[in-house]
Amino acid sequence: MTDVIAPPAVAHAHEEEHGPSGLMKWITTTDHKVIGLSYIITSVVLFYIAGLLAMGIRVQLITPSGTFISFQQFNELFSMHGSIMLYLFAGPFAFGGLANYIVPLQVGAPDMAFPRLNALSYWLYLGGSIMMLMGFAVAGGAANFGWVAYAPLSTSTYTPGAGQDLWVMALVLTGFSAIFTGVNLVGTIFYLRAPGMTMFRMPIFTWNMLVTAILILIAFPVLTAALVMLFADRHFGTKIYEVVGCHMASGAPDAHACGSSVLWQNLFWFFGHPEVYILALPYFGMVTTILPVFSRKPVFGYKTLVFATMAIAALSTGVWAHHMFTTGTVLLPFFSLMTLLIAVPTGIKFFNWIGTMWRGQIVYKTPFLFCFGFLLGFLMGGVTGVILAAPPLDFFVHTTYFVVAHFHQVLFGSAVFAGFGGFYFWFPKMFGRMLNDRLGKVHFWLLFVGFWLTFMPQYIVGLRGMPRRVASYPADLGWQSWNIASTIGAFLIAASFAVMLVNLWVSWRYPVSAGDNPWDAHTLEWFTTSPPPHHNYMHLPMIRSERPTWDYNHPTSPSIGVHGARYATATPGRDGPSGNGHPPGGNGSGVHAGEASASRAEGASGGSGGGDAGGQPGAAGEPGGSGEPGGPGGEGAP
Amino acid sequence: MEPSPPGPVATADGTPPPTGAAARRRPARLWTALALVAGGLLLAGCQVPTFGIHRAVTRQGSDSVKLWQGFFISGSIVFIVVLILIVWAAVRYRRRSNDIPRQTQYHLAWEIAYTVLPVIIVLILFGFIFVTENNVDATPKPKMSVTVTGFQWGWRFHYTTGPAKTVTVIGVELQSPELVLPEHEAVRVYLRSHDVIHGFYLPAIEFSRYAQPGITNEFNLNLTKTGTFRGQCTQFCGIYHSIMRFRLKVVTPAQFTSWASAKRAAGSGTSVSTGRKSGTTSTGGGPAGSSPYTGSTTP
Repeated sequence: MTDVIAPPAVAHAHEEEHGPSGLMKWITTTDHKVIGLSYIITSVVLFYIAGLLAMGIRVQLITPSGTFISFQQFNELFSMHGSIMLYLFAGPFAFGGLANYIVPLQVGAPDMAFPRLNALSYWLYLGGSIMMLMGFAVAGGAANFGWVAYAPLSTSTYTPGAGQDLWVMALVLTGFSAIFTGVNLVGTIFYLRAPGMTMFRMPIFTWNMLVTAILILIAFPVLTAALVMLFADRHFGTKIYEVVGCHMASGAPDAHACGSSVLWQNLFWFFGHPEVYILALPYFGMVTTILPVFSRKPVFGYKTLVFATMAIAALSTGVWAHHMFTTGTVLLPFFSLMTLLIAVPTGIKFFNWIGTMWRGQIVYKTPFLFCFGFLLGFLMGGVTGVILAAPPLDFFVHTTYFVVAHFHQVLFGSAVFAGFGGFYFWFPKMFGRMLNDRLGKVHFWLLFVGFWLTFMPQYIVGLRGMPRRVASYPADLGWQSWNIASTIGAFLIAASFAVMLVNLWVSWRYPVSAGDNPWDAHTLEWFTTSPPPHHNYMHLPMIRSERPTWDYNHPTSPSIGVHGARYATATPGRDGPSGNGHPPGGNGSGVHAGEASASRAEGASGGSGGGDAGGQPGAAGEPGGSGEPGGPGGEGAP
Repeated sequence: MEPSPPGPVATADGTPPPTGAAARRRPARLWTALALVAGGLLLAGCQVPTFGIHRAVTRQGSDSVKLWQGFFISGSIVFIVVLILIVWAAVRYRRRSNDIPRQTQYHLAWEIAYTVLPVIIVLILFGFIFVTENNVDATPKPKMSVTVTGFQWGWRFHYTTGPAKTVTVIGVELQSPELVLPEHEAVRVYLRSHDVIHGFYLPAIEFSRYAQPGITNEFNLNLTKTGTFRGQCTQFCGIYHSIMRFRLKVVTPAQFTSWASAKRAAGSGTSVSTGRKSGTTSTGGGPAGSSPYTGSTTP
């Protein structure tokens, strides 16, 4: 099967890039790959900075009356830790970095739909990030009202400093950056797909990025508007959130002169809850991309996954007030039920991930391990999320360390486990060289142990009543030992990321060539060279399923299987060619499902033989010709 | 309800505990009985461990504790089942050969099953939530009421009706002002804030509510146990948020009455303890021209 088409979009792809090189290339580029790398590098640097801030928090909490830093510094630390992690790392790393790099490749496009807008996104993001960090350099310090900036604490009466203003305007900039990236992703995915790539042949990662981009367009404008109003309250004397000086003599608020102290919360969480899924869905997409590759199967329940993603996105716009159960101003049953319902599509995803691994041939490479870590962490975070969805329970765990543990298990689980799983997975594509698998595993296990050791004690102290965002706590309540355990875990996490730096250095110093497709991966980006040429593709394979590269490399393996449909497995001599009535899947596949040979396609034109180069064996290795009977596929035939 | 030692006692719904002899003869009966006992324990709520939280000292909090126990058990079951599935899949199906496994992608029956089952589970959970929440948030007419005002960084407790009417207690930070309340009486709390948003949180009653400027929150407390309990602001409210603490002291009605009359006898009824440790400074001042120490508090 050597069908290769040259779609119009890539007919005039440049063999090499014309234009400036070196630093000027990075500054002037509109290439989605260079911009994507800029995003990845910037956001990972910010991740390390925010991680260091977290270490400061943990060191302070070793003793009940911590003297490592002052209250003021502590408040700045947790505010900036949260702000950087959520606004400047987790989102931009996913939709600015990996999606920017990968989505055009996955849909077979030469670039993003609006390359200059893409560049603008990055520069707004970089400017906003620097602006937020500049808070540490101004008098009064950085923002110190938490990453949620609850009004009226965030009004100028209570937090008058320049650091707070920088924080507000930084988020306006990065908010626009996110909106532009959202527009770009939607445009790219809707209009620049390669011939043959119908919506239901898009890789799940692309699907998730499409849904994420739409959520960005729903959520981020609300945040930006809310921030502009906050800025007006801070500087122009409006009273939108401000409640000072507007009480009547009786003490009751004067409705004509008063702002609302819950308005900010409503606006913020209307952004903030979709934002949680803006942060999570890309990482779900990464997991859904990685698990099938290392299980050597298609993703289980592709269409249910797509619909589950859409359901999560739709529900996520109707659950914002579950952050406000204790305000006494929201309709509890409605938001409780909506929140519980999100557990359903999330549960579907879990079962799809398990089904993907089921009866696979799972290869324990670093990216798979990170996805495994994600599954366990997100499971714990998901179950505790259901607990938080119950208002009577939320009443007593709200704003305690229980919530801290919950959302770190969810967001750390996705942004760090799945995110760095994706990083290990796509690194060979981006740089043409491998990351060391053994060091990757050391990174994973340190991170895995550190993760559980850090956050499980936080559930316990939270249930015992330790509030979040406190720089000191009573000494006589037995909280200290749990906090020490948590801090030890945090140091393990820090050590794991030191290992990652070593790994990057090893890869830089002693490069191991990756080849085009070291993992025997499924999606289109693995069809081109590593790193891809300037406009990505010289030619494209036929796209007959969501796994064009797999189809190309395994021409005799059935593209898609439906339980109950009879077809041969890759094991010769079990079912035999007679075992199939029709090629399953109905994608117009030209693949002969009955052919029992699993021999690999000859590596035409930048094919996939490079995985074995340089002693870094590819994940899948050579599937062909082993001829061993009794593989799991054979015994599973109905 | 008071916690009682766990054991094969008759449960709240009157189910007799299974006897060993009967269980041996009829295994099916045994399971039925076990299920009933487990269900009864769950409903009774007292014999079941609290899984890390406190046994609440209010009627409302006791309801929350029961809900928590149910959620903890059902959540643990879901967690363990899915955990086993994940680990089993990852370990059992590790690579053993170079064969390409069956490329199964769809299995409609399973997909329907794992869509419908969670829907049923969450609807059941929602039923329990709904009932408990109505109990916790119910505000029948109380015998006495107190207005609690949070401010940076302390609390003001002003008794508006009942024996202690007009008594006010104020304290900041580590002074931990004491909210004295009688047991076995419905107490209405009116909660508000003088400046920014604070969180009124008492682990011992398994309840918290925001104190917000411009908004008055109301809830009832029916205290069931005497003692002194720790409270703290939970919503981040500025630099001294960490030490914005208070105490709840629950006394018998008789003690409460004598405490109230003593307070009222001692001057205006307002006990103000001010002044924080020297050497600490406040960033961000309170609103000018008003003070949390005075101010009208009519609910």
